[in-house]
Amino acid sequence: MNNGGAGRRNTLPGFGLTMGLTLTWLSVIILIPLAGLFLKSFELSLDQFWSILTSRRTLNALKISFGLAFAAAIVNLVMGLIIVWALVRYRFPGRRIFDAIVDIPFALPTAVAGVALTALFAEKGWLGAPLAELGIKVAFTPAGIFVAMIFIGIPFVVRTVQPVLIDLDAEIEDAAASLGANRWNTVSRVILPSLVPALLTGFALAFARAVGEYGSVIFIAGNLPNVSEIAPLLIVIRLSEFRYADATAIAVVMLVASFLLIFAVNRLQRWAQTRMPAH
Amino acid sequence: MIEVKNIVKKFGAFAALDHVDLKVANGELLALLGPSGSGKTTLLRIIAGLDWPDAGEVSFDGENALAHGASERHVGFVFQHYALFRHMTVFENVAFGLRVQPRAIRKDEAAIRARVKELLDLVQLDWLSSRYPSQLSGGQRQRIALARALAIEPRILLLDEPFGALDAKVRKELRQWLRSLHHEINVTSIFVTHDQEEALEVANRVVVMDKGRIVQIGTPGDVYDNPATAFVHSFIGESIVLPVEVRDGCVELGGKPLNISADGVSSGASKLFVRRHDMAIGPAGSGAFEGAVRHVRTFGPIQRAEVALSAGEGTTVIEIDAPRDRELQPGDIVSLHPRRYRIFAGQD
Repeated sequence: MNNGGAGRRNTLPGFGLTMGLTLTWLSVIILIPLAGLFLKSFELSLDQFWSILTSRRTLNALKISFGLAFAAAIVNLVMGLIIVWALVRYRFPGRRIFDAIVDIPFALPTAVAGVALTALFAEKGWLGAPLAELGIKVAFTPAGIFVAMIFIGIPFVVRTVQPVLIDLDAEIEDAAASLGANRWNTVSRVILPSLVPALLTGFALAFARAVGEYGSVIFIAGNLPNVSEIAPLLIVIRLSEFRYADATAIAVVMLVASFLLIFAVNRLQRWAQTRMPAH
Repeated sequence: MIEVKNIVKKFGAFAALDHVDLKVANGELLALLGPSGSGKTTLLRIIAGLDWPDAGEVSFDGENALAHGASERHVGFVFQHYALFRHMTVFENVAFGLRVQPRAIRKDEAAIRARVKELLDLVQLDWLSSRYPSQLSGGQRQRIALARALAIEPRILLLDEPFGALDAKVRKELRQWLRSLHHEINVTSIFVTHDQEEALEVANRVVVMDKGRIVQIGTPGDVYDNPATAFVHSFIGESIVLPVEVRDGCVELGGKPLNISADGVSSGASKLFVRRHDMAIGPAGSGAFEGAVRHVRTFGPIQRAEVALSAGEGTTVIEIDAPRDRELQPGDIVSLHPRRYRIFAGQD
């Protein structure tokens, strides 16, 4: 391969410099800290590692984080699709404002979001009070975690699916209609299948984000061990107790899970590209 | 029979179709020919039910088509950019129209498979049935799109610039193929094109459109040999166009009388249209024009000569096609006479 070395010139200069910077930067910022995390966890014997992971509190925290994140991602998948459909397919006053509102969870400091959601869903909050009358408690329960995870995940689905729906050729709907398909057939057999790869990617991103979410969740969660304590919070607690090995053991599990997720997202994208290249 | 009566379609202030009437007989292969913006695609989409007219009627065999939407009209539509379903295999694309039929009349799986196989054989692409559209060439995609449109046994086949996105060689092949396919299945077909060569080569009848109106309907020979307007003459086939003055039955170019008849065109500024190959070269002094040959190129059976006409004060350079047997050299003074020509009153 011609990489600009050994006297041969690459047509585009700067390969050596940019590649060097890329490797250095990614190493310093990402790879070395992650390697450090793994090294730290090696201080534990396999038995210790296993007993930390299988302790009731750890298992519950992981179950809460992953379970609620999955549920929240499902909700975001459905609601995100509906929001995208409305934003892309219809023209209505304030459409641009709604479009901008979708990005708020991206931009808002998570702690601010957490405080706002807590105030809203607390027993005397605007939404919390009527819900309390119905006997539903949101703030300081797992339901609160769920709400916060939905909040921070929604833009991922919307922003992943939106460009795909915009690019979707209007002619394929005409084609479906001329072949005798009614509106329902057109949506379910032609439009939705075309969006599946983007929907899956958006789902995976929203899920990954919700699993790792910390800032907005801890305000609204109540943080009762085994009930409403998320895994990232348990890591922080273990660190504050100077039980670094315990913290890293949980962290490693979350890290591996994140890797698997990213891997899955990549596979999905590749699968989508081989079947449906952008022309 | 498809009948279109008095169709009007406006986009804002722009009249895409301005009182259009058209009858298409069963089994015809009709071309809608016109420049972009002439309304031909809009007319096709209205017939298909993909667009709705502001006024007018569309009927299929006497039955009001406007009472039904696109999905109920049984009209096959082929799009310029194929509009294949990218997430489906070729087989599933062709089967789509059969699978979405109402349960009461839907074929069973074996019958659907047999029908798709038959259609893929018809377009000679059965070996591609498990591929995805992205794995096909443009010409193959368009043939699949055609097979898909034929699957529903449409009463009419509408093709919107079907070869517009293909390169010249494939386009040529597909033209001949479409014509023989039409001969084989004989479904009433209308195709839209801006390519006059395509229209003349493929269609039985050509409808020439301009600015939302139909300007001429005729056989390919008709519209080429007897264009109804100056627009049709210049749009179909290449022409030499000269601004002339008609005065009491005499035709003048740059104040100099040409020795040709005005064909009943009334006095005033007019335009003379002559096909390049209709300019006969004769000895000096024998024809309507005199000119000096500037440049000669030969290709195939003809030679194309640039001739500077000396007409009144200015000179006009025209290009003529002459047979190869007559020797032409730059600098020759030649006399030109139009074997056939048309004069249209008005400046444009």
